[in-house]
Amino acid sequence: MRSQSRRDFLKLLGLTGAACLAGTGTLSAAEGPAGSETAIAMLYDATKCVGCKACMTACKRVNFDQNNLSYEHLGSDKDQLWDAPLDLSGNTRTVIKLYKESPTRWSYVKHSCMHCTKPGCVSACPVKAMTKDSVTGVVSYNKNACIGCRYCQVACPYGIPRFQWDKAIPQIVKCDFCKETNLKEKGVPACAETCPAGAITYGKRKDLLVEAHRRIEESPDRYIPKVYGEKEVGGANHLYLAAFPFNKLGLPDLKEASPAEFSEHIQHTIYKGFIAPVALYGALAVIAMKNKKGQEKLGHGEDD
Amino acid sequence: MGSHHDEYQVQRGKILTKPFFVLLALVVIGFSLIAYRFFAGVGAVTGLSDGYPWGIWIAYDVATGTAFACGGYALALLIYIMNRWKYHPLIRSAILTSVFGYCLAGFSVMVDLGRYWNAYGFFLPQRWQGNSVMFEVALCVMSYSMVLIIEFLPAVLYTLEHSKWRRVREWANWLHPRLIPDTETLQSGLNAVSKVAGHVQIRLDKILIFFIVLGMTLPSMHQSSLGSMMIIAGDKLSPLWRTGFLPLLFLLNCIFIGYATVMFESILSSYGFKRKFEVHELAGIARIVPWIAGIWMTVRFGDLLWRQQLPNIFAFDLNSCFFLLEVALIGGGGFLLLSNKNRHSPRLLFVSAALLMLGGGLYRFNVYLIGFNPGPGWSYFPSTAEFLITAGIIALEILGYMVLVKIFPVMPNPKKHYEVEEQEALHPVGDAVPGNVYAGK
Ligand code: SF4
Ligand code: SF4
Repeated sequence: MRSQSRRDFLKLLGLTGAACLAGTGTLSAAEGPAGSETAIAMLYDATKCVGCKACMTACKRVNFDQNNLSYEHLGSDKDQLWDAPLDLSGNTRTVIKLYKESPTRWSYVKHSCMHCTKPGCVSACPVKAMTKDSVTGVVSYNKNACIGCRYCQVACPYGIPRFQWDKAIPQIVKCDFCKETNLKEKGVPACAETCPAGAITYGKRKDLLVEAHRRIEESPDRYIPKVYGEKEVGGANHLYLAAFPFNKLGLPDLKEASPAEFSEHIQHTIYKGFIAPVALYGALAVIAMKNKKGQEKLGHGEDD
Repeated sequence: MGSHHDEYQVQRGKILTKPFFVLLALVVIGFSLIAYRFFAGVGAVTGLSDGYPWGIWIAYDVATGTAFACGGYALALLIYIMNRWKYHPLIRSAILTSVFGYCLAGFSVMVDLGRYWNAYGFFLPQRWQGNSVMFEVALCVMSYSMVLIIEFLPAVLYTLEHSKWRRVREWANWLHPRLIPDTETLQSGLNAVSKVAGHVQIRLDKILIFFIVLGMTLPSMHQSSLGSMMIIAGDKLSPLWRTGFLPLLFLLNCIFIGYATVMFESILSSYGFKRKFEVHELAGIARIVPWIAGIWMTVRFGDLLWRQQLPNIFAFDLNSCFFLLEVALIGGGGFLLLSNKNRHSPRLLFVSAALLMLGGGLYRFNVYLIGFNPGPGWSYFPSTAEFLITAGIIALEILGYMVLVKIFPVMPNPKKHYEVEEQEALHPVGDAVPGNVYAGK
């Protein structure tokens, strides 16, 4: 009778395990790699950028409400006339910075989310608040799911997602290609629409890659021969051309292997089909129960 | 824990002692700051930044604190899997420590979470993200906290069943004319509680083993995943710690820390409550520890050798110094326990347990904080408020432990240790042990 109910209990556990297996199975299948044919992208050509920061103001204007942003004033700006963010922050999704090597050699650089092909933030987020669109490849953020754990910040190799540290009701802030705003309304991200210098090109990723390589080939003295974002941690939908080594512009040197992929690989090896945990439970249960029986026979166990 | 009730006893003594009020003060300070955090945002009380999104609340309260709370897990493996029942009397106090360690780790996560009101998402299958290591950790830690509470229930039920309700009756008598009109109702109410507790207890005893086994499976899962968690940090984590072996290292690490905590806590509470030291049991546990620490060291150095990181050990920069400290503490603690004589000395047991906890904890701290470098321009040092909040949470842990052992039968009953005669012959000390204080007997 007793062992019967035990067996039933184990059976039940086995079923639960199987249900989990089915659950996670559909989850990962639904998320497959974003189509490389359909992915949209931006190509930022640092050699064309004139540093007017029009993209920054357009981005903030368009996404102000959606992200509950604020303006950032410098300490010297007593009348608070200028929005002058120094870096990406909980108020700023994109920023233009200046890299100056000498009085005659300098370059602007735009920072924002890279929309990775295998994004660390999406892989890390426990509640699907970071998701990658399987068609467009856009990595977007859903504040209604986010728990604010900031694991996405730990996981992003570019240090992109920012958190609103000073707000009682904070959220994560990062570029989403204006998915809910300008892209939805006008079919183009606000920065790409606004740029007066033609530094930001918007389109299909595969076309932009061709275009980027064409530019390098056409004017080899203008560019360093590398398209940043083509291969970094598995590739990105935000591509860069520049005249300086990218790490000087604050874009980290990254390997082609994606840490997210490695982490998922380990996790999946351990938890494949939920077999290992269920097997572990089963094995431990058998041993523990045998030992407990033996113990009870010795008379040490029962005292009531 | 099953039905071995007279293996445990209630610790006699006053609850409202001086340490109680000191700890209470720390708790009050910590919790006022926590309240402030909910109005002013996480940034207002912490030194965190977008470069260092996780500070000591995650590195200490969660990653390290749950390892310190692994005594129950490590002991259960020893008792139920390795069939060493003589350690059974130690398990309740270990489990009580685990209850506090885990529940308060969960609590500090809620303080740390920016959008805590969305945390219910963990219970919505459509939001489950199976690729996320944190998802796995969160579910496991939540279930394990529940399991720990269930594992502790027998002590509570036993008390409810056998209690004479002396205090309650005193209060009732005092309140009598004002609030509680008739003692008869109270009487029968209390009797009913005792009866129900007795019933539940019998049923719980029958199925408890399933929870005990779950209590060994879940920590194996999430303790290793706590290691996997930082793999995704990639290049931000120093190569001295970044390895595919992180899950295995974290698992082994929590086991030896678990045993070290059992030793540490047992000696400390024997000392604090003026009980006899459980040297005999602890010596037995201490014998295993160097082995596990040794395997951990082997994996650690084998991995560094394989990844050709050994030269970096002696770079004597910040990372290398912390690495050496971590290895020295763990190595030192393990080494002390190799000698049989040391294993029977409460003082050396205590010292090596402390070394192992410090070293093992430092390892986790290194992985989560010291070895983490998000790039130029970022720095982190915990703010005073951050420290005080963590101190408040630790104080609550100790406070809860101190109070609960005086209410429930948790501490080992020296009269019921299996090797009791042998032990007394070896160490004829400790007549301070209170005699007839088994719960209900
Ligand atoms: S750059 Fe960072 S935030 Fe953007 S998709 Fe990649 S991992 Fe996510
Ligand atoms: S902070 Fe939000 S978006 Fe980032 S990992 Fe946590 S839940 Fe996901």
